[in-house]
Amino acid sequence: MIELHHLTKRYGDKLAVDDLSFRIPEGVVTGFLGPNGAGKSTTMRMILDLDRPTAGKVTINGRSYASVQDPLREIGALLEAKGVHPGRTAYDHLLWMAQSNRIPRERVDQVLDVVGLTAVAKKRARGFSLGMGQRLGIASALLGDPKILMFDEPVNGLDPEGIVWIRKLMKALAAEGRTVFVSSHLMSEMALTADHLVVIGRGRLLADLPMAEFIRQNSRSAVRLRTPQPEQLLDALRGAGLTAEPGPDGAWEVVDGDPALLGDLAAAHGVTLHELSPQQASLEDAFMQMTADSVEYHTDVAATTGATGAATPQPAQQPGWGAGWDARQAGKES
Amino acid sequence: MAAFPAVVQSEWTKVRSIRSTVWTLVLTFLIVVAMGFAISLLTKLNYDQFTEHNTAPFDATTTSLAGISLGELAIVVFGVLAVGNEYASGMIRVSLATVPQRGVLMGAKTAVLGVLAFLVSLVTVFVAFFLGQAALGQYSTGLGEPHVLRAVFGAACYLTLLCLFSIGVTMMLRNQVLSLGILIPFFFLVSPILSIVPKVKDVVRYFPDRAGSAALQVYPTGDHPYGPWTGLLICAAWAAAALLGGYLVLKKRDA
Repeated sequence: MIELHHLTKRYGDKLAVDDLSFRIPEGVVTGFLGPNGAGKSTTMRMILDLDRPTAGKVTINGRSYASVQDPLREIGALLEAKGVHPGRTAYDHLLWMAQSNRIPRERVDQVLDVVGLTAVAKKRARGFSLGMGQRLGIASALLGDPKILMFDEPVNGLDPEGIVWIRKLMKALAAEGRTVFVSSHLMSEMALTADHLVVIGRGRLLADLPMAEFIRQNSRSAVRLRTPQPEQLLDALRGAGLTAEPGPDGAWEVVDGDPALLGDLAAAHGVTLHELSPQQASLEDAFMQMTADSVEYHTDVAATTGATGAATPQPAQQPGWGAGWDARQAGKES
Repeated sequence: MAAFPAVVQSEWTKVRSIRSTVWTLVLTFLIVVAMGFAISLLTKLNYDQFTEHNTAPFDATTTSLAGISLGELAIVVFGVLAVGNEYASGMIRVSLATVPQRGVLMGAKTAVLGVLAFLVSLVTVFVAFFLGQAALGQYSTGLGEPHVLRAVFGAACYLTLLCLFSIGVTMMLRNQVLSLGILIPFFFLVSPILSIVPKVKDVVRYFPDRAGSAALQVYPTGDHPYGPWTGLLICAAWAAAALLGGYLVLKKRDA
């Protein structure tokens, strides 16, 4: 069990991680979510004692990481694809790691097989694609057959097939009773894999709750109505004991409304409808809203597109990939 | 705590599995041996010319080991690359996550690199010595002559200490390009040039390469106000200081 106690990290006058306390539940996939630069990678590095906290501490089964004997047998981590010397073969990379933690040599072949790199085991890593590098990183995380696995943005740079593979792998690992802690900046990705959710923004804890709970709280459904006779419509709704909220472009929205019932109601009162459509707020929207105040570099979608909020923003999807990688290359902000 | 022998084994795998580090050691051997042989041969062929203005007796040992002045750069590069490539590739984080006891990691790495550098140096200097003596013909000397064995063995120690010094410097700077950019000009240009500048040379003779090279001389040249073993000791102190600095940086800094 990993526990964070008031973890704080300060770089100069910038607070990267701010009094973060939570525990990672065992045997499930926990999504660690936050916009780029929220402090996810810094937190993960502090869990592994790579970065020293300014204040607070992390314990792994009650102990600090530095006091763990043969840590690969307890925690396997994928920090970044670029943790491999380009001139070393995949096999030798895994071999030195295995040897230092007294893991038998046979295990190297096993994990290479699990991630599907057996054919290129004796190839030097400089020829590896981003996806192959990611697979090698995952092989090294699995090497010690650890109870806890930690993946930092594992789907970054992967093709769709690779993404599906990682998703299945994480679920399979949790099904075996392992703890999986995975960071991402994509809510949609986490909604598919995580059982539990920890959200941070600007280094602060924003949410720590089961995924089902998050979905229940945030999946707001509504029926949108548009009419040239709003007065009559609102009267009719009021008469039926329903309330409507103003929607975009003069439309009205009935939260948790039943489209059929609303259509009948309008017909019964002779109200002309120009639109009757069910609306589903996405989890991505809920996540965006939650972290809105803590996003480091705002790009005002509404302002740039000239829309008035009706456009469904595709958060960080496109800029996110490149931005995350660049930030990693440039320094250690995220 | 991670088991020290296991980490030593792992560090050995790291060294032998990268071509560039292996090649720098091969290069050390080739440069020292080939250059020593060539200079010995040239000396034999032009003996009278070369020794015309010599005030000290002819030093056949130093002549056969002359390749060290260039070969030492190769072993410095070996030390820098073997440590620095972990920083260049970001692998240092994987290394520290694998062996979080930083002192153990550095100890094992330094031991493996140091022993390897010493063994390669030892073979190199003895091969260079015997080949050089063969080339010198009638002017040659033998290991049985006074101070000769000490000079040859001292040469191996000298090369090893320079390598350890480079390891320490690279651990402090955490950047192989920067380390090479400082160490190579320092040993190749700065130190030799300053060592002939009046006044300055009184200080420069305590630089690691100047002090350590005292161990290579069979006959004192008057450049060093200390003996060969003291010279090696001064060089060792530099190496120890660099390694200590490297350890403190590794211990304190975020990876």
